Amino acid sequence: MTLPAVPLLEAQNLERRFGAARALAGVSLSVFPGECHLITGPNGAGKTTLLRVLAGLARPSRGAVRVAGKPLAGQPLARRGIGLLSHQSQLYGELTPIENLEFAARLYGVPDPASTARAGLAAVGLSDRGDDPVRSLSRGMVQRVAIARAVLHRPSVLLLDEPFSGLDAQSSEQTLALLARERSAGRALVLVTHDPHDAWELATHTHLLVRGVWALGGPREASVDGFLRRCREALYA
Amino acid sequence: MTADLVGARRWIRRGQILTALGLLGLALVYVLALRYTSVERFQGLPQKIFYVHVPAAWSALLSFSLVGITSILYLWLRDPRLDRFADSCAAVGLVFSMVMLTTGPLWARPVWNTWWTWDARLTFTLILFFLFLGYRALRGAIQDPGERARFSAVLGILGMVLVPFVHLTVYLFRTLHPQPIVLKPSAPSLPGDMLRTLLISVGVYTILLIGFVVMRYGVAARESLETSDAG
Amino acid sequence: MLEFLRVALNVAWKDLRVEHRSKTALVSAIAFAALVLVIFNFARDAAAVSREMLAPSVLWITFSFSGVIALNRSFALERENAALDGLLLAPVSRSALFLGKYLANLAFVFTVEAVTLPLFVLFFGVDLSGVLAGIVLTAILATTGFVAVGTVFAAMTVRTRFAELMLPLLVLPFLLPPVIGAVQVTARLLSGRPVSEIAGWLRILAFYDLVFVTLCLLLFPALMDE
Repeated sequence: MTLPAVPLLEAQNLERRFGAARALAGVSLSVFPGECHLITGPNGAGKTTLLRVLAGLARPSRGAVRVAGKPLAGQPLARRGIGLLSHQSQLYGELTPIENLEFAARLYGVPDPASTARAGLAAVGLSDRGDDPVRSLSRGMVQRVAIARAVLHRPSVLLLDEPFSGLDAQSSEQTLALLARERSAGRALVLVTHDPHDAWELATHTHLLVRGVWALGGPREASVDGFLRRCREALYA
Repeated sequence: MTADLVGARRWIRRGQILTALGLLGLALVYVLALRYTSVERFQGLPQKIFYVHVPAAWSALLSFSLVGITSILYLWLRDPRLDRFADSCAAVGLVFSMVMLTTGPLWARPVWNTWWTWDARLTFTLILFFLFLGYRALRGAIQDPGERARFSAVLGILGMVLVPFVHLTVYLFRTLHPQPIVLKPSAPSLPGDMLRTLLISVGVYTILLIGFVVMRYGVAARESLETSDAG
Repeated sequence: MLEFLRVALNVAWKDLRVEHRSKTALVSAIAFAALVLVIFNFARDAAAVSREMLAPSVLWITFSFSGVIALNRSFALERENAALDGLLLAPVSRSALFLGKYLANLAFVFTVEAVTLPLFVLFFGVDLSGVLAGIVLTAILATTGFVAVGTVFAAMTVRTRFAELMLPLLVLPFLLPPVIGAVQVTARLLSGRPVSEIAGWLRILAFYDLVFVTLCLLLFPALMDE
């Protein structure tokens, strides 16, 4: 399989600072279809900041993010290629899953929002709860609706910030399955987690972020324990 | 890192020198005003507060305009130093507007027999005071430095645009204040020696303003270095 | 341009739908307005101060304070579950998002005012015949301005510690020109003054609206930029 010349998502030398404090100090990343980049690191390393910059929610002080070759800065339309799933659902508790998904579909300019919303909900197995307010759903169900919302507009890259936090074992399994399906559909995933065990099977590349720079990065190795050992060495070197 | 610290200390030093000069000048102004300037015919001795009240008004308004202009520049250039400068001007402006709000009643009482009047200029100063207060309160309530800078900048710009509207509506609403004496189209109608003392006082207040702002800027710069070193 | 409006209306509709489900903010705002009107009625000395003299100020205090209460919820609902991120991720202009929020807030505050005005007429016994159109026009002009500024400040203060205190503190100076103008016009309308006296104030109100709505549309993206 030949790789396309242009990465789905590309970050060049991202820096984020205010005055003397630096959250990101020169981070680059290239993401191609079918890849899953797992990013881990200690607290305060800049992982969430990185994800927010990649999503276009935060502005880097230096460096650029490109989605399919187009710069993210100052171009609202470029955001269409990106979906974000964070540990907060981005849903309105008072509205139903169908209403939330329809709203998102309309916001993204997806044709026929109503049936897209219903199809999206069916894909995560929650058609029967479509008309109950999100407030009344369990955490696992809310997560599934959030996934449906994140992929509604068929983004080429899915960014995930601690998607397994607060989930029980069964919900984690379901989430993993849904993400695997997205990956095999050709989407790329960038997944931030404090525990690489959660998404190890999914990952194709692993990265360690420490104090705003990469300490480790490359194709995923065979064993998660091996990776964790290298992380510890890098942290305490 | 230490080079920045040296720079911050230098700003503080410069600010201290200017402030010292300003305070000396202030003493000079007081002597001038009390001893070497004629007493106003209708208002008598209390009128001398004029030499404190008016320059304080000038300084407060100047600070405010600086906050507004620097806010626009910050949103354009995103340089944290601009934000620090705006913050310093706002802190100093708050002090000057408080001086205005205290000298105003002190002047009003002997002359108009009331502590407070809702006339155009005093009301205007009260609003300016609330704007400064709001600016400081907003800054105090936001932790993230980038967010704090952006939000304050937006407030600074909105405030700057508001000022003419407040002036217009309050002025149309009521005027009890002495009519403009100095800033009139024709020649100022203040007698020579009063005008001289007033202008000197305005000059001294401007030096004080610059001195305070520079000192505050230096202190803020030093503080931000200390927090980033510790973090 | 059309796209811009479409996004704004989508957001506004969503806001109104959410409010419709819970109804808490609308009910508290109206209850607050009614309470203020009742208190004013009992708090004045009927012999010393006539209702006509007090009426314009009371009306506008009620409108502006309940307006501020309404504004708070505007971004509070986006905070829950980080829904605001969902809005900011979308491939739409941030100014369009502001317009949507602003329109929803306007609808909200106008609703509160529409319910309060009859209560006002009832409690204060004012005769609005002939001047109702004028009062409504004034209300629209004054509200349009301060809701724009209030929406911006609501976005700023929602994450601060004392949000319910910060919002009124910041908004207060910005309320003055529209409220002063509105009270002047209302007072003159109620005492049957000729339109020529009022036109000047109405122009100031309209100018304030134009300047601040434009400024808020332009500045809002800077707030949302992280």
